[in-house]
Amino acid sequence: MKALIGLLCGLVFGAGLAMSGMTDTAKVLGFLDVTGQWVPDLAFVMGGAVLVTLVAFRFVLKMKRPALNPRFYLPGTTVIDGRLLGGAAIFGVGWGVYGYCPGPALAALTYQDSKTAMFVVAMLVGMAVANKLAPG
Amino acid sequence: MFAYTTPLVGGLLIGASAVLLLALLGRIAGIAGIVWGAVSAQPDNAWRWLFIVGLITGPVLYHLLAGVPNPQASPLPWWQAVAGGLLVGFGVKLGSGCTSGHGVCGIGRLSPRSLAATVTFMATGIVTVYVIRHLLGGLL
Repeated sequence: MKALIGLLCGLVFGAGLAMSGMTDTAKVLGFLDVTGQWVPDLAFVMGGAVLVTLVAFRFVLKMKRPALNPRFYLPGTTVIDGRLLGGAAIFGVGWGVYGYCPGPALAALTYQDSKTAMFVVAMLVGMAVANKLAPG
Repeated sequence: MFAYTTPLVGGLLIGASAVLLLALLGRIAGIAGIVWGAVSAQPDNAWRWLFIVGLITGPVLYHLLAGVPNPQASPLPWWQAVAGGLLVGFGVKLGSGCTSGHGVCGIGRLSPRSLAATVTFMATGIVTVYVIRHLLGGLL
């Protein structure tokens, strides 16, 4: 059952990414290109997604526990440190270099462009390197 | 029709998926975290692998049902894909999250940490595109 929920959530997430234009690197880079021919689409994607989570998470997190697991698995740390900001900064540079963040890169594998596969493999290597150099 | 209906509805779907995952499994729909958990063989992992299967299959459903063609392949060179992928992977692991984990879920639960991360990666993303497009002439 839990695995089935995973599949369902992944399907909805992936369909949402494709519908929103996040799997189109031209749109993503156009959105980040605020001083050029700005493509505002992705502001609505983020806005729509955050609107839903902002409202619904309030109710969900008031539940004693999730429906199918004994507890919520939430990040424990609340510190804003160099590791968080440095990691986020590096991630943003990579996002701007090609136009994919992790979700859209995986979802776009479905279009069978070999460069997308190279992006995903490189992303996994990058994760493993970060895990080796700075575990935790 | 409102020009931004599709991105907005797409965003609502992404949010709905995150809410379902939290309400049913108690998990954050952060793709970077889900992928890392899957490849690093965490316990209770079946849902992660099937989420990834769904993530890759979801776009097929959308393009088929909506009759919308696939987006154009990126005109950028392969080495720029590799460079982007390495930086994205390294950055999200170090910074504990990506657009979905920090941006959609973290802000959704009013985490100051996630807000700080989101502002940071949006800013460096914008600066990077500015440098590449307007100072370097389009390529890295």
